Amino acid sequence: MSDAEREDLRRHGILLTSLEELYNWGRSNSIWPLQFGLACCAIEMIAAATARFDIARFGAEIFRPSPRQADLMIVSGTVTKKMAPLVVRLWNQMPEPKYCIAMGACAISGGPFKQGYNVLKGIDRFIPVDIYIPGCPPRPEALLHGLTQLQEKIKAERLAGPDTARHLRPENPGEFPIPDYGAHDLQPPNNPALFSPPSLPRKP
Amino acid sequence: MESLEQLRDRLLTRFPAAKVELVLNPGASPEHSLLLEAASAREIALFLRDDPFVKLDYCSNVTGLDWPDKEIIETKKVSVPDPAGGPAKVVEEKTKRLQPGYLEAVYHLYSMALKSTAPVILRLRTVNRSDQVTLPSLTPVWRSADFQEREIYDLYGIIFEGHPDLRRLLMWDGFKDHPMRKDYVAPDDFEWEPTPHGVVHERAKAHYPLPGDRLGQTPAGQQPGTVSPANPTTQPEAKP
Ligand code: SF4
Repeated sequence: MSDAEREDLRRHGILLTSLEELYNWGRSNSIWPLQFGLACCAIEMIAAATARFDIARFGAEIFRPSPRQADLMIVSGTVTKKMAPLVVRLWNQMPEPKYCIAMGACAISGGPFKQGYNVLKGIDRFIPVDIYIPGCPPRPEALLHGLTQLQEKIKAERLAGPDTARHLRPENPGEFPIPDYGAHDLQPPNNPALFSPPSLPRKP
Repeated sequence: MESLEQLRDRLLTRFPAAKVELVLNPGASPEHSLLLEAASAREIALFLRDDPFVKLDYCSNVTGLDWPDKEIIETKKVSVPDPAGGPAKVVEEKTKRLQPGYLEAVYHLYSMALKSTAPVILRLRTVNRSDQVTLPSLTPVWRSADFQEREIYDLYGIIFEGHPDLRRLLMWDGFKDHPMRKDYVAPDDFEWEPTPHGVVHERAKAHYPLPGDRLGQTPAGQQPGTVSPANPTTQPEAKP
């Protein structure tokens, strides 16, 4: 049955769906973010939750103060090297299925502080990021756009078959190694299973 | 309010054993300061806080400075008498002298009680930058110096004696370096990205050397293009 036929039936009041679609529809419309902010970007995240932008329209208004109850981590702000192990620990404590949004230049790459001695060059060095929202800071609309993109991503997830969603695959690592505080830097400075720095192809 | 010279003279008469120097910083908005000795700094600070004429009861800012060793070349004009009996020649003589480096803590003080508008600035200097880096803490005098002295300890490595809780503030406890010192070398965690900065391109050459490039710093005995052990993710693209 094609989408057009289904649309046609829907207009006549007959709803045809699959369990997978229903399940993903429910999941994508009740994403509960973890309530924490790391720097200035968090202010925009807070603004997105207030009446004017109203993230509740997308079912993500319940900011949970505990990682056990959250399924979205919005890394909103500068991740310092001192904070990075704690962010990874929070991520490990979140139950699957879980998603991560890197909000702002700092969370993506270190942003304006990239060459600094104390700032992590992007949270994707340690945890897998689903959506990157560029900006310094991204406006609340950008966060809402990122959230709807994440919803699209969730809706496209398959529950069975060869392209099963990440959280349903048995080999999926639910936990990621927490870096140690070393004498000069975090040890290791990134998770090689997850991240490799962009390389510069040089031809003679 | 009295001028800094008057204040210095008053301090010198009050504390005859102490050494108080005036450090001039002339310019459009001059900010002169008083250089104190470590031995008498605490007493003088207490005096400045409680003295009814200055009453510096508010320490708004404490900051650190790093002065590395500096080579100073002085030129002096010396007149050399001519052995033949002619007029003496004037010769420029250059002397080099190494000014040893030191670390410095700078305190900006105001008086809330007297509503002062310009700060009185105190400076304290350590003996050197390596092993004699202790200064007396002024936190017992002005409590607002607490976190700022901790930050200076963290970033510059000045040890404040008498501080109630001297721990690192921004970096973690096991961290060994002092990142705001001039000779700090950040861990080599280079990430190439397209950028107009020449420095980045220079570093990129060292990290992603041209295959067969002798100038690019390929470790000896290692073929360019192989995975280097120091940076296992660096994989310069092989020539097709
Ligand atoms: S990206 Fe900009 S606004 Fe966001 S945390 Fe970094 S500096 Fe602040």
